[in-house]
Amino acid sequence: MVDNFASSDASDMNSQTVSQNSGTRVLGSPLLTANGLVKRFGGLVAVDNAAIEVPQGSITGLIGPNGAGKTTLFNLLSSFITPDAGQVLFDSNPIQNLPPHEIAHRGMVRTFQVARVLSRLSVLENMLLATQKQTGERFWNVWLRGKQIAKEERQQRDRALEILHSVGLAHKANDYAGGLSGGQRKLLEMGRALMTNPKLILLDEPAAGVNPTLINQICDRILTWNREGMTFLIIEHNMDVIMSLCDRVWVLAEGQNLAVGTPQEIQTNSQVLEAYLGN
Amino acid sequence: MANYLVSLIVVTAIYALFSLGLNLQWGFTGLINFGHVASMALGAYTTVLLSSEGIPLIVAVPLGAVLAALLGIVIGFFTLRLREDYLSIVTIGVSEVIRLIALNEEWLTKGAFGVQSFPLPLQNFRPTLLSRLFMIAILTAIAVWAYGKIFCWIRQRYQKLNGSVDLTLVLVGLFALGGVVLYWVAASALYNFSQNPARNGLMLISVIFVAIAFWMLERLADSPWGRVLKAIREDEEVAKALGKNVFWYKQQSLMLGSAIAAVAGSLIAWQLTSVYPSTFEPLTTFYAWIIVVLGGSGNNAGTILGAIILWAYFEATRFLPNLTQALHSVFSFIPPAIDPAREGAFRLMLIGLLLMILMMMRPQGILGKKEELTLGR
Repeated sequence: MVDNFASSDASDMNSQTVSQNSGTRVLGSPLLTANGLVKRFGGLVAVDNAAIEVPQGSITGLIGPNGAGKTTLFNLLSSFITPDAGQVLFDSNPIQNLPPHEIAHRGMVRTFQVARVLSRLSVLENMLLATQKQTGERFWNVWLRGKQIAKEERQQRDRALEILHSVGLAHKANDYAGGLSGGQRKLLEMGRALMTNPKLILLDEPAAGVNPTLINQICDRILTWNREGMTFLIIEHNMDVIMSLCDRVWVLAEGQNLAVGTPQEIQTNSQVLEAYLGN
Repeated sequence: MANYLVSLIVVTAIYALFSLGLNLQWGFTGLINFGHVASMALGAYTTVLLSSEGIPLIVAVPLGAVLAALLGIVIGFFTLRLREDYLSIVTIGVSEVIRLIALNEEWLTKGAFGVQSFPLPLQNFRPTLLSRLFMIAILTAIAVWAYGKIFCWIRQRYQKLNGSVDLTLVLVGLFALGGVVLYWVAASALYNFSQNPARNGLMLISVIFVAIAFWMLERLADSPWGRVLKAIREDEEVAKALGKNVFWYKQQSLMLGSAIAAVAGSLIAWQLTSVYPSTFEPLTTFYAWIIVVLGGSGNNAGTILGAIILWAYFEATRFLPNLTQALHSVFSFIPPAIDPAREGAFRLMLIGLLLMILMMMRPQGILGKKEELTLGR
């Protein structure tokens, strides 16, 4: 935890310099930036001119009351839906008009609010699926380049088992993913995201519906991977999780940005409290 | 009797091939294709019309497959972005449109009159003893390979059941025994090839096609490509999030499945030696569905077993009227034989009933995995 607080101080400084000049601090250049995002569903404006920035190497939080548009924003960032206006930059390239699978190719992978696993595939197969650009994903290669495919499969299998081991699911590798508990599904989803070799992982409520012991395990995992260089953007309602993990927190309310700051700042921000608790 | 059994092998092989195409689309990818017969029709008409114009069969058959694959792409392009039930409605519509075109464009297809007297493969082939033995060797190789697979499967299942025997095991064992008789019939038909070259040749070709398709599909099912298809079947949003181009994979699945069905179409044209639009009514599609569901969706071996069971059933119940007539003469309370039209309907009714019983007792199909049904999403 200690080193995490140290890094959050660094990001604190960074957060104040974002608008003028980013990329000078330890956490450095923004990996993901979104500006002026708008999404309307009929008459409802779900996301209204929202912005967000995720610096390289950070764990950035995204919070807000129910219906604030957090998940819609996530869907916009990962191109699952296209914005009516605004821009999303990933690694300095605009990505808002790319198909979702292309986003994953470029190194940004998301998880889902309700963990989605591929039930009738084994846990290991769930992991193996995540590898990008496999030779065996082209059907003619299956008949023509069997050796190459077998080699890749062996390598990926080792890597998958390593990750499964780190999330504590190695003993379940050959079970159907559909037989996992809710918390295990969350872990599998995170492991699967890591398996894609991403630069940025978007986690949608990693602690929702998970028991406290497993929450700790999930948080430990996120911190470890972060120390190894992975960047995270996390939606979460559990404030303990947000406070212990995040370098910086963005608050969304009614589709608009309400506040940005360190967890400590957000905790004491009267506007945020108002949005959550009402007047 | 031997002739009859050879024809039975041909029909079963054709339906097995046809259903393997559907199994790729439904069993592995989860695409509800109710218009599978459209590809079969396209394959059949392309093959016979081109070969009647003097184009060699070896070119005509692949062309039919390519055309069917293109049709798959066109259908997919307009429907795959929709939810799956829309796909089912559009595909059944397309298959009817294809059939109605065949019925009405008489300049091309001769309409309800049908296309006859087109070239059949190997019809002028008069093999020497050596080439007959070679053909028997091919058949034997396929049979040995199949029995190797069956034997491994039986042993595995027997061990999993801890030495006890269940209904599936008995069923598979019985069919395997029956297969020995069929192998003998097929081999002797090949030995006496010249008695009916077209039919005996077709039997060998059909069996080879099924074997090749099965082998290729099994390779695919176990590959990363097959894994992506299964992922799409389970939850396409996950596949998308993990960087898979879901639309393109569904297209590939539709394409390959359609091409396989088109080859089955060429075979059925040769089997019937005449092609009518009425051959390609939606009922044919649903036979394939029965076969796939019966054997266990997503299981290639199950699909072949399903085809065998369906045709064994059809042929067994063919003698139903004789049976009821005989019973009637002994026990007067049993009604006499029903007329052929009703008898046909009655056989289909029985199939429906059997399917319902199967779905209640064994919802995963004969070779399907029970565990898979108990999983939550």
